[in-house]
Amino acid sequence: MSNQGILVCGEIAEGKLAPITLELLGIGRKLANDLGQELNILLMGSGIGNLAQEAIAFGADKVHVADNALLQEYNSDAYTAVAAKLCQKISPDIVLLGQTDGGRDLAPRLAGRLGGGLAMDCLELSIDPSTKLLVQTRPVFGGNANARIVSKAARPQMATIRSKTMAPAVRDDSRKGQVIPVEDIDASTVKVKVLERVKEKTEGVKLEDAEVVVSGGRGIGNAQNFQVLRDLANLLNGAVGATRAACEEGWIPMTHQVGQTGKIVSPKLYIAVALSGAMQHIAGCSGSKCVIAVNKDGGANIFKIATYGIVGDYKEVIPALSQKLKELLGK
Amino acid sequence: MHIIVCVKQIPDPEVPPAKFKIDPDTKKVMPPPGLPPVISVFDERAVELACRIKEKNPGTKITAITMGPGKVSDVVKHALAMGADEGIVLQDKAFEDSDSFGNAHILAKAIQKIGSYDLILCGRQAADWDIGQTGSILAETLGIPVVTVAKDIEVAGDKIKVSRVMEDGYEVVEAPLPCVVTVSNEVGLPRLPSGMGIIQAARKQVPAWTAADIGADPAKIGPAAAHSEITSLFIPTRDTTCEVITADTLAEAAVKLALKLRETKVV
Repeated sequence: MSNQGILVCGEIAEGKLAPITLELLGIGRKLANDLGQELNILLMGSGIGNLAQEAIAFGADKVHVADNALLQEYNSDAYTAVAAKLCQKISPDIVLLGQTDGGRDLAPRLAGRLGGGLAMDCLELSIDPSTKLLVQTRPVFGGNANARIVSKAARPQMATIRSKTMAPAVRDDSRKGQVIPVEDIDASTVKVKVLERVKEKTEGVKLEDAEVVVSGGRGIGNAQNFQVLRDLANLLNGAVGATRAACEEGWIPMTHQVGQTGKIVSPKLYIAVALSGAMQHIAGCSGSKCVIAVNKDGGANIFKIATYGIVGDYKEVIPALSQKLKELLGK
Repeated sequence: MHIIVCVKQIPDPEVPPAKFKIDPDTKKVMPPPGLPPVISVFDERAVELACRIKEKNPGTKITAITMGPGKVSDVVKHALAMGADEGIVLQDKAFEDSDSFGNAHILAKAIQKIGSYDLILCGRQAADWDIGQTGSILAETLGIPVVTVAKDIEVAGDKIKVSRVMEDGYEVVEAPLPCVVTVSNEVGLPRLPSGMGIIQAARKQVPAWTAADIGADPAKIGPAAAHSEITSLFIPTRDTTCEVITADTLAEAAVKLALKLRETKVV
């Protein structure tokens, strides 16, 4: 096999190595050690400064630095061109990226250009001890099943990893490494221009970031009844979610939808009220630590993924739950 | 303007998970009995976006193209009923079990046979295997730009402005035509086909093209050409079994639950 080494495509956020990059270096170092190969990282940006040394401290053997005004912010064409050129030069065995705004755009283009084998949104990566192939575990069917994937012949083997699934690299300032500048960044490859970036503010707690989510389904019955869920969510500093059915009924705006075509949430506590748990809904909440199901139908699927359940009318359960929690929390 | 929309047929994701069955030996998903397959939800939004572009830009033609075994023409008919003008089915034993690279090759060959096009729309991922690569690899295969996870497209002459969904908001990019755009669910609800749309769609002929018709390279399609393969498929085990809390009244059960949540420090 002529391909050698692991290459991490790093990301920079607010002048630092992004948290996902530290996770990529963590898993990258582990795979590099298992294979007895070098760990490379590509840093693309403008004014990268001492981040190359940072990357070495976090485990990289070689840091390829593409420092250019064109690369100030993520641009699909420019980043693909730079990363593809580096891959053609150093022929890595494995390329790792983050499942982020940038990574999920860059990875399949890069795979397409290089002819590699790619698995996106991986939860686990390991090296098969006998074949030395990269074994990638990723969710399929909205997280209702997992698949293990290998690329026998296509190179590089490529993966994007879901954030917060890998242990971040540990800093060691005594580590030594090499910094290699990437030259010849060609502006003519840039066909798609970014005109503006807009940050959207949300009122209250953002659904994706909330530690507690209270979701309602078709069984809630009408828009007004969502108020009892809002009361409980407010009490717990949480956010209100809903199923596709409840949103389509117009009881709550579509922005509250949890599921395959809505938001993917992974709170500490997910309270599922009067919803049955269709596959597309489970796809949006299966990462929750603790799930509480409240449903009249004890046979509803949601009980299969719940930690605690109450079988009965939510109109009797939720207000009583809110009242007792209020008392216990001293609010 | 000619828009080509790539649509895929998938098992209905509205099924309860109990009906979701896999075959670990063949590493395939068994279709739930009695539930007809549907158009992939992201692809349906791609059709919706194409229809919105057509409404704003008279003279636009939409061609819906699908690939797969069995009665996949149903998803093309669905796209036609929503407002697409023409449909094509790509069907051949040789296409089956292709990976994203094989699928991109087949689509590229079919699109080259169609000839002229300005915009190719795909779902950001198929809502079954969630792979999320075909649109980007298709663009690389055709050698044209790609813009991913779009929620809106505005046509301005020979360019488009695309709003892309980002974690903390969105960005607007300008891309030259022709290009590929992958479409996200933030497009919003797709339109329901009208009665007239359904009648007209039923009357339309949908040609089926084979590998030979499009000149697909046998070395680039099917399982033997796949860049990656699935070595195992499994349903992740959950280490929780649901503790159903009971009491004389539901309100008392709720109180017990509140105490339990506090005890276990969940809240």
